[in-house]
Amino acid sequence: MKYESQGIAKMYFIAAIGLFVGQILFGVTLGLQYVMGDFLFPAIPFNVARMVHTNLLIVWLLFGFMGSAYYLVPEESERELYAPWLAKLMFWVFLAAGVLTILGYLLVPYATLAEMTMNHLLPTMGREFLEQPTITKIGIVIVVLAFLFNIGMTILTGKKTVITLVLITGLIGLAVFFLFAFYVPDNLVLDKYFWWFVVHLWVEGVWELIMASLLAYVLIKVTGVDREVIEKWLYIIIAMALISGLLGTGHHFFWIGTPDYWQWVGSIFSALEPIPFFMMTLFAFNVVNKRRRDHPNKAAVLWALGTAVMAFLGAGVWGFLHTLAPVNYYTHGTQITAAHGHMAFYGAYVMVVLTMISYSMPIMRGQKAANERAQVLEMWSFWLMTVSMVFITLFLTGAGVLQVYLQRYSETPLPFMVVQDKIEIFYWLREVAGLVFLIGLLLYVYSFFAKGKEVEDIGAAVTS
Amino acid sequence: MRETFTKGMARNIYYGGAVFFFLVLIGLTVDTVKSIPKTDNRENLSEQVVAGKYLWEVNDCIGCHTLLGEGAYFAPELGNVYTRFGKSTDAIKGFIKSRPKTGIPGRRSMPQFNFTDEELEQIAQFLKYVDGIKIARDWPPNVQG
Repeated sequence: MKYESQGIAKMYFIAAIGLFVGQILFGVTLGLQYVMGDFLFPAIPFNVARMVHTNLLIVWLLFGFMGSAYYLVPEESERELYAPWLAKLMFWVFLAAGVLTILGYLLVPYATLAEMTMNHLLPTMGREFLEQPTITKIGIVIVVLAFLFNIGMTILTGKKTVITLVLITGLIGLAVFFLFAFYVPDNLVLDKYFWWFVVHLWVEGVWELIMASLLAYVLIKVTGVDREVIEKWLYIIIAMALISGLLGTGHHFFWIGTPDYWQWVGSIFSALEPIPFFMMTLFAFNVVNKRRRDHPNKAAVLWALGTAVMAFLGAGVWGFLHTLAPVNYYTHGTQITAAHGHMAFYGAYVMVVLTMISYSMPIMRGQKAANERAQVLEMWSFWLMTVSMVFITLFLTGAGVLQVYLQRYSETPLPFMVVQDKIEIFYWLREVAGLVFLIGLLLYVYSFFAKGKEVEDIGAAVTS
Repeated sequence: MRETFTKGMARNIYYGGAVFFFLVLIGLTVDTVKSIPKTDNRENLSEQVVAGKYLWEVNDCIGCHTLLGEGAYFAPELGNVYTRFGKSTDAIKGFIKSRPKTGIPGRRSMPQFNFTDEELEQIAQFLKYVDGIKIARDWPPNVQG
């Protein structure tokens, strides 16, 4: 670690991993509720468990992004963080806001939570992924602004690199588009249209900038490949991400009462959305092949390559699968969507954060890389989580294909609940895969505590 | 990548592409906002419907159901429930009202929300309004949602 303030990332990463465990515990709960409908009913109904599952994901990814930025920006800018105390303070504010919100979901009925937090003054609750009480949303804005100020001032007063510029662009975009979370018109068509300005322009827009810059940073560090080469790739990847992704928003405007031209715009541009992810795969394998040294942190290299491949599969391939309007006509809002959502979030954003953690955590703990046994366990956890996520996706896809056929495509469409009973086997299999994922995650956590033989630095050409 | 393709060129594609397509998105957004009065059923956006939408939100209905295909996939689509229930707001109200407090053994069940009659009417009117939004190709494909 070159700069002391980089170490602030550690608390962010620990919180991220802790919340990740919570997210997955609720994930397997939801999976069980799919097959045992009365499980935990009425104490924790499905919608509450789902809110906890998705909101924990968002919060821990934000912890991950912030931790990554706090680690990466001082080193790239060649100076200490502008205000380390602010980063520490905001950590506790964000953690408190996150934990209180989750407890609110679990301890009181959602309508009561809305009343307690005076939602009627500025109603923003009750929209998918943006269920947080208005006061929490305001808290998120404050934390993100303080974070952006801190990171921004560090970059402005330090050395500017392409990686930090792309990262801060992505983070500013994240903050700006979140403001649409406060716009909840009575008109449902408008409501849905601008809701996507948060959701789509985050995950299929500015978050891709964050992801690409984090990946580029780790690849520079573990391969020692020339910055010029990596920066060129970075620019072209994010160019394609925005060129395809901005108008790709149109694939959400097929069936919400918006004009027909979105069917063409959305289909064409979202069909291009796999391109940046495919380029990321080429990029990652290319620079690892051209590496100038063998970094002792093999687990981090595995995560970096895995991110590129899984993001392409989850976001690229599974996204394309149902993005063309004539296909989406049948698949919209079925288990196909759930399949895509799971692998895309895991492949792109979960894995890129785990890549950053894998690379930086040993360094923050005073080693170049984790010991051999810890790395082997971490790589086992990589495979357990990644392979079980592939199976979760395949089982949900199987469920989705049958659901589409039975409920939407056949001559005699069946009611929703009848179809759900018929495709139950896939939900059971998904639940088993989910449990394997949980085992992989617990192994991942354990790998941080595993003792073993320290690794030797074999390629000390470049120091991190 | 070949040397003839420089970092500067890549950077220009990024800036140029991002700005251009962002402006196109804004342009199409303006056009969409201007066109949707033809489809969005705003003439039926009564106070009752607005109150119903608020109840829809503060009870997190989207956490189980889809509405126009968006939401969770645990419970039926409700964008066309008014049609599915024989164009009867009474049927919708009756269903919500009849949910058992402790659920149904072994099966998924909607929670009992203890809505007042006025609230039930507001929710039913909201779902009726949503059903009246004109969707491209009359999505969903059939009445089952």
